[in-house]
Amino acid sequence: MSTVTNADVERAPEHSGAPSGDPLLEVRDLTKYFPVKSGGVVRRTVAHVQAVDGVSFSLRKGESLGLVGESGCGKTTTGRLITRLYDPTSGAINFEGTDISGLTRRQMMPIRSEIQMIFQDPYSSLNPRHTVGTIVGTPLRVHKMVPEKKVLPRVQELLEVVGLNPEHYNRYPSEFSGGQRQRIGIARALALQPKLLVADEPVSALDVSIQAQVVNLLKDVQEEFGIAFLFIAHDLAVVRHFCPDVAVMYLGKIVEIGDRETIFEHPHHPYTQALLSAAPDVKQAAVGGRRERIRLEGDVPSPINPPSGCRFRTRCWMAQEICAKQEPPLMQIGKKHKVACHFAGEYGQQPDRPVTAGLLGVDDQGNPDGGVAPVQDLHNAPGFADTWFDLNTKSVTPS
Amino acid sequence: MSTEISERPDGMAAPADPNEPFLVVENLTVKFPTHDGLVQAVSDLSYSVERGKTLGIVGESGSGKSVSSMAVLGLHDPKHTRLSGSIHVDGFEVIGAAEDRMRKIRGNSVAMIFQDALTALHPFYSIGDQISEGYRIHHKVSKGEAKKRAIEMLDRVGIPQPNRRVDDYPHQFSGGMRQRAMIAMALVNDPQLLIADEPTTALDVTVQAQILDLLQDLQREFNSAVIIITHDLGVVAEMADQTMVMYAGRAVEYGATREILTHPEMPYSWGLLASIPEVGGDANARLIPIPGTPPSLLNPPTGCAFHPRCPHVDKVPGDLCRTTLPDLVPGERGENHVKRCHLPNPGEIYKEEILPEIAPDLIDPSTGEMIPELAAVDPNDI
Repeated sequence: MSTVTNADVERAPEHSGAPSGDPLLEVRDLTKYFPVKSGGVVRRTVAHVQAVDGVSFSLRKGESLGLVGESGCGKTTTGRLITRLYDPTSGAINFEGTDISGLTRRQMMPIRSEIQMIFQDPYSSLNPRHTVGTIVGTPLRVHKMVPEKKVLPRVQELLEVVGLNPEHYNRYPSEFSGGQRQRIGIARALALQPKLLVADEPVSALDVSIQAQVVNLLKDVQEEFGIAFLFIAHDLAVVRHFCPDVAVMYLGKIVEIGDRETIFEHPHHPYTQALLSAAPDVKQAAVGGRRERIRLEGDVPSPINPPSGCRFRTRCWMAQEICAKQEPPLMQIGKKHKVACHFAGEYGQQPDRPVTAGLLGVDDQGNPDGGVAPVQDLHNAPGFADTWFDLNTKSVTPS
Repeated sequence: MSTEISERPDGMAAPADPNEPFLVVENLTVKFPTHDGLVQAVSDLSYSVERGKTLGIVGESGSGKSVSSMAVLGLHDPKHTRLSGSIHVDGFEVIGAAEDRMRKIRGNSVAMIFQDALTALHPFYSIGDQISEGYRIHHKVSKGEAKKRAIEMLDRVGIPQPNRRVDDYPHQFSGGMRQRAMIAMALVNDPQLLIADEPTTALDVTVQAQILDLLQDLQREFNSAVIIITHDLGVVAEMADQTMVMYAGRAVEYGATREILTHPEMPYSWGLLASIPEVGGDANARLIPIPGTPPSLLNPPTGCAFHPRCPHVDKVPGDLCRTTLPDLVPGERGENHVKRCHLPNPGEIYKEEILPEIAPDLIDPSTGEMIPELAAVDPNDI
C-alpha cells in the first residue's frame, strides 16, 4: 500500500468523519422492556418491566450530559443500552451517524473501542486475580491498539494520567484503596481513547474527600482528550458540577431536559423541583437555616405496571384529571429546555389550567375535544428544535 | 459513680441529676487486636448529648464514628475488643456492665437505626413480628397487644395500610419502606436516645428527605436525644444541633453545627467543606479535594494524624505537626468550639485563603469581610 498518503493515515482514526456540530450520539425513542417470567417448568412471560420507555436525547462531541433520577428510574439501563451491554427492545442509537442498536457482536467490535464505561463499584468491577497491568492492558491487547511490546509502556502512561504510580502495574486491586481502584477503572476506560464515556455513578461509592479527587480527574480527562460524557448519578450537586446539560428521569422516561442553568435555577417539572428541594445544602443551612422541602408522598411506583397518563401523578401535589388520562408530551418550552408536564411552570407559579390541552386537542379534563385539532409537531425527537412552545402565549414561537 | 445510680439499668427512672445530659461519653478508647496488630479505632473520645438535641458525627469511613456509637449500646464482642473510658447512659455506666443489664437498655431506652435495612432485618420473619419482638421483651403484653402496637408504629412512620403490611416480609417492602420499618422497630419502646448510623445513605434524595423529616418530627414528639452518624455534611447541616468531626479515631472539631459549618478551624473540616459541590454554588468552580487517602489505624501517623494530608503544615512553627498530637482545646471563638490543631491563627487563614476559594459568595466584595449573616453566627448558640 505505497499509495497511502500521509493525509489518509491521519484521517484513518477519525472513523466515518462526522462533521463537528453533528451529534456524536443520538438516541431516539429508546425502549427496554425486561420480561418477567412465571415460575414452574414452562417459564412464560407474564409481564414486562418497562425500565426505559421512549427516551430520546443527543450528545455532541466533547460535551457531557447528566442523567439524574432515583433508583429504578432507568438511568443505569439507559447507559448499558448505549454501551450495548443490553439489547434495546426498540428505538435507535445513532453513534456518529450509524445506528448501533441492532448490530451483531462482531459488528459492534470496532465501535466498542469508541464507547467505554466506568462502573459504580470499584470493588466488583475489577478482577481481583488480575494485576493492574493486565486489567488496563487487556483492552489494548483485545483491540490490538499497540504492538505487544508497547503494551506495558502504554499502561504505565495511562496510570500516570489517572494519578497512580506507574511502577504499581504489578499490584493487585486489593492493594489499592477505593479511590485508587476507581482511578484504575478510569485508566481502563481511557486505554482505547474512546469518544464517549458512560460513567455510571462513578463517585457515589467513594468517601467525600476522595469524590472531589475523582471528579476533578474526570474533568481533566475530558478537557485533555475531548471525550463526551454520559454522566449517570443521583447526586444533583455532582451532576451540576460536571454537566452543562442535564436530563431528569422518572420511571423510564425523561421528564425534563435542558441546560444546567435552566434545570437548576428554573425547573418547570414538579419532580425536578422536588428533587432539588430534597437535596440537603450545607451553605444554605449554615447561613440561612432550613429551607422548606417539597414533601413527596410514597415511593416510586412499580415499572411493571406504571400509572396511566403521567407517571409522576401518583406522587404529584398538582395532579388533576387530565394527568391520569393523557400522557404529557416532552415539549420544548425554551431554547434548550424540554419538559413533560401538563402544568409546567416554576414552583409556586404553576398554571391552574393544563398548558398542553390545546396541543393535545383535549379539554381541561383530558377528554377529546372535537373543536381543537391536536398539534402534530410533538414528536419525541432528540436534541432541540429552533422553534418552541411558549408557555405564556400558548403558541409556537420562532427563535 | 455510686452504686445506687448503677442499679437502674433500664434508665426509665428520673436521673439523679436532671441537668446532666442523657448520654455522656468520656475518654472512650476502643481497640481491636488483629493478626496484623492492635487497631486503635477510637482514641480518647468525649462527647455528650442532651434530651431533645441532635449530635451529628461526621467523618470518612474508618474514622471511628460507627465504632464509638456501637460501644454506647455495648455491641462490641468483649472477647475481641478492648474498651476503656466511660459511657454514662442516663447515669448508668455501660462499659463493663453485665450482659443482662445491657439487654434491658438495648432497644428500650437506647435504640439504633442501621444503615442497610435489608441486612438489618431478618428475611424469615414478618415485619410485624420483628417490630413487636422488642416490645414484648420490654413490656409484659400479649401477642395481640404487641401486634396492635406494631401496626400503630408502622402507621406512625407513614407506611400505608399498616394493618395489611404488618404481615409482610422485608423483601415485599421497598428500600424507603424498609428503612421506615426499621425506624418503627427502633422507636417501638419510645427510646430516649436514638442512634442513627447513616440512616439515609442507601436511599434516594426524595426518600431521604422524608426520613429526615420523620426523624425530626419524632424527636420533637418524644424529646429524645439523637445521634446521627453520617459522611454527608448536608444531612448534618439540616439535622444536627451540635457537630463532631472525626478523623482517624479522634474528635478533631466539636461545637454547634452552624458554628462548625461557618467558622471551621481545623484544616480537615475545611477540606470536607471544600470537596463537596453545592447545589447552589458556582458550577464552574473547581472542587478542592483533600490530597492523599485516610490513614491506616494499624499504623497511624505520628503527631497530628492529619498532617500527611494537611496543606497548612508549613504554617505551624517547628515540626510540631509531625511530632506532637495537638490537644482538643477551645479555639479563637470561645469555650464551646473545640478543635485539635496546632495552627495559631485558623480564623484568619479561613477568612483569607479558604473562604474565597470555597464560597466566594459569602465574602462581601467591597470590604473583603464575611457577609453579616456569617459573621453574626454565635459560637455558643446551639
